Amino acid sequence: MAHSYTPGLTVTDQTVIYRRRMLPLPGTVVVTVGDLVRSDQVVARAELPGKVFPVNLANQLSVAPGEIKDYLIKKEGDVVGKDEILAENKPLIKWFKTEIRSPVAGTIESVSSVTGQVLLREPPRVLQLLAYVNGTIIETIPQQGVVVETTCSLVQGIFGIGGETSGEIVMAVKGPDEALTPGHFNSAMKDKVVVGGSFLSAEAMKQAKAVGVAGLVVGGIHDEDLRALLGYDLGVAITGTEQVGFTLVLTEGFGTIPMAAKTFKLLSSHVGQKASISGATQIRAGVIRPEIIVPREHTSSKGAAQSQREGIRLGDPVRIIRDPMFGRIGEVSALPSGLTKIPTESEVRVLEVKFADGQKAVIPRTNIEVIEGA
Amino acid sequence: MTASASSPPKIDRPLNVIVATDCGSTTTKAILIEKVGDEYRQTYRGEAPTTVEAPFEDVTRGVLNAIAEIEELSGRKILDGDKIITPCRDDKTGVDIYISTSSAGGGLQMMVTGVVQNMTGESAQRAALGAGAIVIDVLAANDGRLPHEKIERIRSMRPDMILMSGGTDGGAVTHVVEMAEYIAAAEPRPRFGVTYKLPLIYAGNKEAQPQVRKILEDKSALVVTENIRPVLERENLAPARNKIHDLFLEHVMQQAPGYKKLMEMAGAPIMPTPAAVGLIMEAIAKREHLNLIGVDIGGATTDVFSVFDGLFNRTVSANLGMSYSVSNVLAEAGLANIMRWVPFTIDEQTLRNRIKNKMIRPTTIPQTLDELQIEQAIAREALRLALIHHKSLATGLKGVQQERTISDVFEQQTSGKTLIDMLKLDLIVGSGGILSHAPRRIQSMLMMVDAYEPMGCTRLSVDSIFMMPHLGVLSTINEKAATDVFVRDCMVYLGTCVAPIGQGKDGDLCADYEITWPDGKTTKEPLKFGELRLFLLESGKQATIKVQPAKGVNMGSGAGVAVTKEVYGGVVGLLLDGRGRPLKLPADQPGRVTALTKWFNAVGLYPGPSIER
Repeated sequence: MAHSYTPGLTVTDQTVIYRRRMLPLPGTVVVTVGDLVRSDQVVARAELPGKVFPVNLANQLSVAPGEIKDYLIKKEGDVVGKDEILAENKPLIKWFKTEIRSPVAGTIESVSSVTGQVLLREPPRVLQLLAYVNGTIIETIPQQGVVVETTCSLVQGIFGIGGETSGEIVMAVKGPDEALTPGHFNSAMKDKVVVGGSFLSAEAMKQAKAVGVAGLVVGGIHDEDLRALLGYDLGVAITGTEQVGFTLVLTEGFGTIPMAAKTFKLLSSHVGQKASISGATQIRAGVIRPEIIVPREHTSSKGAAQSQREGIRLGDPVRIIRDPMFGRIGEVSALPSGLTKIPTESEVRVLEVKFADGQKAVIPRTNIEVIEGA
Repeated sequence: MTASASSPPKIDRPLNVIVATDCGSTTTKAILIEKVGDEYRQTYRGEAPTTVEAPFEDVTRGVLNAIAEIEELSGRKILDGDKIITPCRDDKTGVDIYISTSSAGGGLQMMVTGVVQNMTGESAQRAALGAGAIVIDVLAANDGRLPHEKIERIRSMRPDMILMSGGTDGGAVTHVVEMAEYIAAAEPRPRFGVTYKLPLIYAGNKEAQPQVRKILEDKSALVVTENIRPVLERENLAPARNKIHDLFLEHVMQQAPGYKKLMEMAGAPIMPTPAAVGLIMEAIAKREHLNLIGVDIGGATTDVFSVFDGLFNRTVSANLGMSYSVSNVLAEAGLANIMRWVPFTIDEQTLRNRIKNKMIRPTTIPQTLDELQIEQAIAREALRLALIHHKSLATGLKGVQQERTISDVFEQQTSGKTLIDMLKLDLIVGSGGILSHAPRRIQSMLMMVDAYEPMGCTRLSVDSIFMMPHLGVLSTINEKAATDVFVRDCMVYLGTCVAPIGQGKDGDLCADYEITWPDGKTTKEPLKFGELRLFLLESGKQATIKVQPAKGVNMGSGAGVAVTKEVYGGVVGLLLDGRGRPLKLPADQPGRVTALTKWFNAVGLYPGPSIER
């Protein structure tokens, strides 16, 4: 009965990860297999089609849709400037002349004799796809993207906001149970990834923004502070596109929760090194968790790749992920196979967790997560 | 299995052992069905987290894990490595068929278009919803958005499929062609798979088919089918629905992680979960000649089904659910509406943090009683909001000309009125984790009563262990097996709720009632406002209740008019609800906690003080 468990978050000093960098639409890949790339290096680019503006010429000229071709000055595929004449009528008296001008600069995409409208498309915008992490290109997918391999230290968070960024790691607090306060921030933290402990207050967020930190990594925040930061109540955990001034990664969850000692220790050991971080979180439909990646230069990748675990075992380090013991960490000390009645009267599969102080607790299996990469 | 969904395969070998799974957004549930003597019974179940997500990214992993649990519990060898042993080799090895439904990975997400929003737009929406899809947007010529906004919207949403409708056959083609031009300009791209073309179904004015083909054939995987609204007075949703199912299997499922493998494992086409549940709901209504409302409250979405006077409707509230979308229930219902069902005080910050923690760790379950009470409070609001949504879409056709006679002078009804009439409702069927797995059945019953506020006499039931999706897909290949299991193992009748309509001061007379029990004994008592009473009335038993409402109170036949009805028992019994309709809770905190505690204790909702019956 070892199948019902929640795969945990990875916190590991050395692993090999592969990041698939894909363009949102076909484009050009500008690197080749074997290239060493930096996190801020362009690996592929694509042209995002410009916005489309329909202009209904038939209505504006008061003619039938089938007739508009007779009034067009420009034809399909032509380039037009803003306010350039697209079509005009030729009345006997000049005063009655109607000229239809282009509302945008772009090209004429199509002319419809059924609806009488012309579709204008603005020039394309170039999208540059960055490598995101320092590493080696191990695969190129023509027109679509690349796969970057890197040997690194990896910390997966539980929830984040904001997109990809990078910066040097700075520890702002002394221990994992210390909260980040406005006083912890200084001007030297500009463009850095600042690691806090158990909690980040709304005031501390403001200060972080003022200082211009690139990223913040903390144990927890209050939901109401998140709502204030975003300006709306987040309904579904799909994030990564927020523009709040920094990227935020929570390692534990909502509330004041000390960062797991292992996570704190690992991040502390990389102070001064450059990390790539992403707040993008998607809990439904192909989970994406926020992450902090610290590439390890000159390290052999041999043996560093993790094997996929098959189930939960005695001695596994676990984190409790539901009240009343939310956030506590211990190890599995028993795995009874039968169903056990819990205080809600539900009969569920449980396991026994032993904490560092020797105490034990019986927890539903679904309410723990294995600390991966231990 | 790649047979078309609209024409399920004929299985000619005997099916004595069946394993079925439902790959939900949170968990994959497996059940084993075995032929015992002449009838089919559900014998074992197992579940495991769904594995559409990293690190597995292969839905079959969760399926195999869930089946492995069944193996352990039943002692039957079903798996040979990563393969399901079919057919049975002996009475302890293998199964005769494996079947599955799926809503994992966000289900089937569709965008629909029409010409007039509340006519062809709504018809298209109903077609998509009935096929088990989540409708992420409805575009129409009159939706109030500017053309470039529509194009941006089509481009930014990444649906799994688009359904285009618009125009009656022989009507104007311009608006339909215009929408086709917008779609072509937007170059819509599917959610999964960078290189494949987006499936697009055209089910609009047949006169516009050539132009639509010309515009969209190269830019999408275009399928043309019959018009869903050939004339204003009639909807023709079946051909479009069948095409949606076929394309779901041919295109969408092929792209989701591990689904190709899953389709090869399955002996019948994989159905979207809501489509399978819809089949079952329709079958119950038809078999028992009932008006019903069914609900399936999941982790990400809440589906509501209704059959009134034989008309089937389904809606999905895409972001009302108990795990992935739990935070959205808070956002939509508001904290005060959730708190009104919680029988204790809790500070806002703690509650908000707890709800968000459930959102980011969706597979966790309540471990303490107060956590359970909070989850059930949220469920009441999710159920309530989803029914409001359903009522707005389960309507008669709009835009239909009505013949009026002199008798309509005083009561003019507009077309497109909601079909949901709580007084005509016979049965409420609940399904989904929070209802099926509530530790006490009365909890499921009261959650539905509080959320739906049934009026008059309404029977309630619940899916015993959440197996309606499995039985829905099973019914397409073996009707008898599905019906046997449904009647014996799936449907748990909770009992009947009797609720007079009206309001009054707590303690005032609401109605006088007289119950004649199956053994002939009678109970004659007054029901007061603010009172909730529960009587034991076993499953399969019936009693007769005569209700004489107080002045101004209605039981469905008019204010103060007495009503006599046969009521059905169930595992909970007969619930007399004197709390009034519409249901109003005390606004002040201590008053609310006192009222909730009184009601909860009166029906023995949670462990604690003993219940008087």
